[in-house]
Amino acid sequence: MKLISEPYMLLTITVGIYWLIKHLQNKTNSVFLNPILITIIIVISILEFTGVSYKTYHESGKYIEFFLKPSIVALGVPLYLQLSKIKKQVIPIVISQLVGSVVGIISGVLIAKWLGASHDVIISIAPKSVTTPIAIDISSAIGGIPSLTASMVVIVGIFGSVTGFKILQLFKVKNPISKSLSMGTAGHGLGTAEAMAVSQRFGAYSSMGLILNGLFTAFLTPIILRILGLI
Amino acid sequence: MIRQLFLILICLAFGEIIVYFTGIKIPSSIIGMLLLTAGLKLKIIKLKWVHSIADFLLDNMVFFFIPPGVAIMCYLDIISNELVPILAAIFGSTILVLISTSFTHQILRKIKFKKLTEDKK
Repeated sequence: MKLISEPYMLLTITVGIYWLIKHLQNKTNSVFLNPILITIIIVISILEFTGVSYKTYHESGKYIEFFLKPSIVALGVPLYLQLSKIKKQVIPIVISQLVGSVVGIISGVLIAKWLGASHDVIISIAPKSVTTPIAIDISSAIGGIPSLTASMVVIVGIFGSVTGFKILQLFKVKNPISKSLSMGTAGHGLGTAEAMAVSQRFGAYSSMGLILNGLFTAFLTPIILRILGLI
Repeated sequence: MIRQLFLILICLAFGEIIVYFTGIKIPSSIIGMLLLTAGLKLKIIKLKWVHSIADFLLDNMVFFFIPPGVAIMCYLDIISNELVPILAAIFGSTILVLISTSFTHQILRKIKFKKLTEDKK
């Protein structure tokens, strides 16, 4: 089982499974074939089955993960392209993002607290709505467990991207800008990818939500947690 | 492509430098993103210099989430011990964020449009 621990083996497996699921999803259009969710489950199963630890997997996975930070930087491009549109409606966008950010931090932390989660979990849940690299940095800054936060972020993203548009429909949100914006606010990169699949314009507003919520949450999480007496 | 990579990396590097010297608690990637936006806006960086690498990175963003997602396996015990609070917090809070953000935005936009049409009258 030594061979499977080689980075090229694990990278091939990860890329291959993702590509296969994505291919199947494109063919069948099934919501159950969520590429990231299924790939994570299959990769974890393979690792458990072959007895490869996460630490060993990370030696390979870090090459993929490396691209996360540059991809956040790359969001500067759609942000630049939308600057003129954003300027025209800066007040509705900024205020709704502020509301979303505050609601996200407070509700996540309080629900976890009321239901008896441990302190580490409560702190790690606070930045769950924003994209992984930001959430990880916030988590370590406030004394959470960054990789636990990363897990929560991924669950949030999968849940948000699969159910987001349905929930918005259920609550009769009609404005397409409001919809795509909140997909990015609540479901970060995965929500944005889902919106991007609807149209470039949806994707553009969704990335706006991702960016602003990331910024606001980075600034507000330490303050809100201090007010709530959690740190 | 190398220039494209360099520009993305240098934004990130400046982000790291700013975080290092000021000690602010904002991720270097966010600062890098704002630097890239500023660079484009101030025409220091041309859009075509970063365009294709940005497309590559943004199109595949979901894929880059897989390794941190696999890290869930290290926390399966914590997550299964506290499954109810964790899932309730995640699902409940995500729904609240979706609704509060979209409602606020929708209402503010309506008010703004009403004002605009009234101004025109």
